[in-house]
Amino acid sequence: MLDFPVWKRIWVWALTLIVAACSLPTLVTQLGGTWPSQLPSPQVNLGLDLAGGSQLLLEAQPSDVAKQRLETMNETVRTRMRDAKPRIQIGDVSTANGRLSFLLEDPSQLDAAREALLPALNGTGSVREWDLQVVDGSRFVLSQTQQGLDQAVTQAMDSATEVVRKRIDALGTREPTIVREGAKRIMVQVPGLQNPQQLKDLLGKTAELEFKLVDTTALQSDIAQGIVPPGDEIVPYAPGTPGAGTSIAVKRLGGIRGDTLTNAQQTNEPQTNEPVVSIQFNGQGADKFGRLTTENVNKPFAIILDGQVLSAPNINEPILGGSAIISGSFTTQSANELAIQLRSGALPVKLTVVDESTVSAELGADSIHKGAIAMLVGTVIIVLLIAAAYGRFGIYADLAVIINVLMILGVMAVFDTTLTLPGIAGFVLTIGTAVDANVLINERIREERRRGRKPFQAVDLGYKEASRTIFDANITHVIAATLMFMFGSGPIKGFAVVLMIGIVTSVFTAVYLTRMWVALWLRRARPADINI
Amino acid sequence: MRLLKLVPDNTNVHFLKWQWPTTIVSVLLMIASWTLVFTEGLNYGVDFVGGQMIRVTFTQSANAPVAALRGEIEKLGYGEPVIQRVGNPNEVSIRMRLPHGAESNPGLSDQMVKVIRADLKSHHPDARVDGVDSVSGKVSGELKWTAFKALGFAALAISIYIWFRFEWQFGVGALVSLVHDVSLTMGLFAVTQMEFDLTIVAAILTILGYSLNDTIVVYDRIRENLKKYRRMPMNELLDLSVNETLARTIMVAATMLITLTALLVLGPKVIFGFSAALIVGIVVATYSSIYAAAPMLTWLGVTGQSFVATETAVDRQEKLARGES
Repeated sequence: MLDFPVWKRIWVWALTLIVAACSLPTLVTQLGGTWPSQLPSPQVNLGLDLAGGSQLLLEAQPSDVAKQRLETMNETVRTRMRDAKPRIQIGDVSTANGRLSFLLEDPSQLDAAREALLPALNGTGSVREWDLQVVDGSRFVLSQTQQGLDQAVTQAMDSATEVVRKRIDALGTREPTIVREGAKRIMVQVPGLQNPQQLKDLLGKTAELEFKLVDTTALQSDIAQGIVPPGDEIVPYAPGTPGAGTSIAVKRLGGIRGDTLTNAQQTNEPQTNEPVVSIQFNGQGADKFGRLTTENVNKPFAIILDGQVLSAPNINEPILGGSAIISGSFTTQSANELAIQLRSGALPVKLTVVDESTVSAELGADSIHKGAIAMLVGTVIIVLLIAAAYGRFGIYADLAVIINVLMILGVMAVFDTTLTLPGIAGFVLTIGTAVDANVLINERIREERRRGRKPFQAVDLGYKEASRTIFDANITHVIAATLMFMFGSGPIKGFAVVLMIGIVTSVFTAVYLTRMWVALWLRRARPADINI
Repeated sequence: MRLLKLVPDNTNVHFLKWQWPTTIVSVLLMIASWTLVFTEGLNYGVDFVGGQMIRVTFTQSANAPVAALRGEIEKLGYGEPVIQRVGNPNEVSIRMRLPHGAESNPGLSDQMVKVIRADLKSHHPDARVDGVDSVSGKVSGELKWTAFKALGFAALAISIYIWFRFEWQFGVGALVSLVHDVSLTMGLFAVTQMEFDLTIVAAILTILGYSLNDTIVVYDRIRENLKKYRRMPMNELLDLSVNETLARTIMVAATMLITLTALLVLGPKVIFGFSAALIVGIVVATYSSIYAAAPMLTWLGVTGQSFVATETAVDRQEKLARGES
């Protein structure tokens, strides 16, 4: 066990130095220096609890997605039946219980209706998205398959993540981290952000913009009583607008959706200086908008955002250029917010904040500072204690501990992991366990010496016998750390990462490195006795 | 140069003489711990029960005005706050339950934090908000469940590992001492009502690992000695093994306690509970590796014969080939 040929020594030293050197960029930057930019600079990232900042966990409701798909399917069915030749008359359409059901007026059209519907049931992917049942020979019942829904949720989340990214980028904050978590969650971390309210306001709206014609024939008394005129829907005014608290009736069909915008900017209305949002449609949207305004001059149309009316201005003249102004009793800030939301597109699904945490930069800096001091003091005491207890062997062990700390930092930097506050605790603990290996070895050497073995033999046996125990003992730590990593979230994960890396590097430094040093010393000095 | 020895050479302490009194104490402590956990309950953090936690430092005061704060916040009508000092006397954490209906309308809890922040600022201009945590009931339920899963799986996986590496009696012994250590740590949290959050679960998982580490070192030595001294009475052999590993046990416990004490005293207050849990856990684990893990083996019937290699078919053929019967 004490044989270390030259090639092995070179290999061990090279590995140690390279890994340890990877910690330098982090250390230099943290100590206030600057790392030369022409050199490679792997860095350990600091978690939000150390750097300060905000973290939001956003969750989508799959039921929202299901409801939307049902609505879309409703439209699809109506269109397909209407477009079928001959036209298929349907009635008694219901979307209750998450299913779409309708009645064929003429049961003899059953096959034609089925034929017309089939392509819509399979969607674009390979999975079947809808199940079709025919009850009593004339009632169609469409229900969503789980796979279809899952796929839709995944797609919605993919594009939601993109939208979230665009919105946060528009805020101009530095280096946000935006990651999908599980099937229906998005984790957003913004370092340095102290008050996440603005961020939450920005992400809290789906920002679905619609333009719909106001039904001027509807009676205000009907609307107040919740009686919906045929072909209409009732939409409340948004809070803060002059009409807040009341609702208006708009035509369900024939409107325009705001998903054809190319740009949106906050500006001020030239006459009143009121903050407004100017929008620009793309070619297709501009055509539609032009047609709508041309056909309905002198009628009011409602600008609806997320199911709430912002304003219902009169169409004074056809708007043909594809650009329009949205007014809605905005402040400069809320107009700017809406502009960002419209620019980044609507969220395909509403996101709610289920977990939120903010750490001030002061607390973060304080944590790093105190953590580093605790680590330093702990390490110094241990280094002294070990040196006093095991003499030369203790000094080897001490060197191994220090190299171990550098190596852990190095590995973390290379793998781009994040150091959190529990991670610092993990460091402290790893220093403790790294010492354990050397204590086991050195105690064993002592024992073998007491039994009268020669120095060389005692050292050889010490390493051999202790290695088995060290291996067993570290496996239990690996098991614990792996489970923490697998099941843990946030703080637990940060701790587990350091622990796992630390176990590997500590076995290397405490067992392999010290053995090499001891072996080389024994061969060179050939001591008759060892002081241990 | 004379070297420092925390434990003198060749100790011969009759640890197992005390096995009955210590066992009784251990069992009583475990019962007391669980009774407390169930009667007093753990002081769960927002991680586990959901709610809002606002961390505040009063930069100009030596002491946080806890009583005044409680009155002021209660007046806001969001229910009774849980206010605790964290670390320094001028730092507190204010925990609130999520307002009614917050599950369906997240704006409500934002509103609550806003109101509390504004109220704090108006009464205490030196109040600095260091952090806000807000966890919905749904997420906290998941966190609790995954934490328990992690603990359960870890205990199971480690026991299975020991069962493979040693005999079944060792696995049982290790598991018992592990349950003992975790129980007493939980007991500590029930007695002190320190906040029990996710980092404490990490601490308990670490104690689990450490407890086993310690047990394994002793067991390794017992196994070695069982092979070496077949005729030695079991109690004597256990004492010998514990004594032989005593220097290591004490030295490692000492180094761990030194680093953890440094973390407890000098480290950031946010992980005070974490360090405290580990310190208690390590003291208990050291004790249990001597008094719970070792005696368990005799009760479970490990004898000098347990590690005599049983004759395999190959051995038998070799013996026959050599002409032995």
